[in-house]
Amino acid sequence: MCLGIPGRIIEISGSVAVIDVAGARKTVSMALLDGVSMGDYVIVHAGFAIEKIDTQKAEETLRLINEVIVKR
Amino acid sequence: MKYLDEYRAREQAQGILGRIREISKRPVNIMEICGTHTHAISRYGIRQALPPNIRLISGPGCPVCVTSAGDINRIIAFSRARPDVIIATFGDMLRVPGSNSSLQEERAAGGDIRVVYSPLNALDFARTNPEKEVVIYAVGFETTAPTVAATILQAHTEAIKNLSVLSLHKLTPPAMKALLDSGGAVIDGFICPGHVTAIIGAKAYGFLADDYHAACVVAGFEPLDAIFGIYMLISQLEAGRAEIEIQYDRVVTWDGNRRAQAIIAEVYEPCDSTWRGVGMIPGSGLAIRQAYAQYDALRRFEIPAGDETEPAGCRCGEVLKGMIAPPECPLFGRACNTERPVGPCMVSSEGTCAAYYKYRSITV
Ligand code: SF4
Repeated sequence: MCLGIPGRIIEISGSVAVIDVAGARKTVSMALLDGVSMGDYVIVHAGFAIEKIDTQKAEETLRLINEVIVKR
Repeated sequence: MKYLDEYRAREQAQGILGRIREISKRPVNIMEICGTHTHAISRYGIRQALPPNIRLISGPGCPVCVTSAGDINRIIAFSRARPDVIIATFGDMLRVPGSNSSLQEERAAGGDIRVVYSPLNALDFARTNPEKEVVIYAVGFETTAPTVAATILQAHTEAIKNLSVLSLHKLTPPAMKALLDSGGAVIDGFICPGHVTAIIGAKAYGFLADDYHAACVVAGFEPLDAIFGIYMLISQLEAGRAEIEIQYDRVVTWDGNRRAQAIIAEVYEPCDSTWRGVGMIPGSGLAIRQAYAQYDALRRFEIPAGDETEPAGCRCGEVLKGMIAPPECPLFGRACNTERPVGPCMVSSEGTCAAYYKYRSITV
């Protein structure tokens, strides 16, 4: 029940958004998040978007992982 | 799917594991607090892939499992006493056995118990059943608490009068402190929960590094996240450092989700809470504030505390504290399995016993 899954906002109106979660469309409350817009990736938990995914940081994490591996 | 698949690459996982083997010299105990981490670690065979000097201990991070026997017995008794009440519960709570029944059995016997994916579903029940009372059986950590709080605020805005919440929400940092204070399991570092921390912010763990010299890394839930989080912890521990680091920084920040924090603070105040196996932990629960008393099921109804007797032979309490691993329970895999679970740690999809049982033959 604690699961949070990533999805992309494909529609947003007021505090409700439609989110594409692995191809499935979910209607989700935006009541817990400020400053999100169309196309943003968010983490969805229990019908709410609980946090935005920082796409730049996401790339950096992968780069960092590869760096650590290459250092061997 | 984007932001999932790239964190599941097997080759990279092997690469980081290789690095961990190179840098890891001393014996360390690392606790993963969160049940979702326990599952990822079991599912991808990470425990077995680590060198033997790194011990991963599972902690009290499954919301279903830490709900006390008394709090399960009390909702069952309440549902029997009040057939006019709709009880809205997350699916995982349904099968958890109380002392002599479960919500699932109560439902089969005619109780109006409905599973919700989101607490907002309970709002729909309240709207469409104005003659009935709807009670949300609200378990969960800091990730779930704001979703229930937002539901209460929505009910308030819409002037919905027949919805209330039995708040059994629990807070993670006080439980980590209680575990260290109890002197039970020896813990050198924590893999901190990604989504709880997205809400509360990584700074919430500052006291663990400062006062307990415990290393903390907030990690994501995909295998590369978990393995890299362990690499970061081992790097700290080998260097004698105890710091708070964020591996999962695409989602987690130092300050957390301020809006969710404000909504939690608006609706709830900290209270003492009883954790299965651990007992009462001061300030580890969330009670509904006086200003929202009309949404507090405890104020609206008579819901007496339940009997705290644990299922016979079940050692979930010790499992939750990291004192034993599930296979050390004599019932594990024999009298207790996922088909016929004895205790909550085997019932819940995030339970430690369920994770060990389900993935018992996996290696990387
Ligand atoms: S294996 Fe079953 S009986 Fe043993 S501790 Fe786990 S849930 Fe309880």
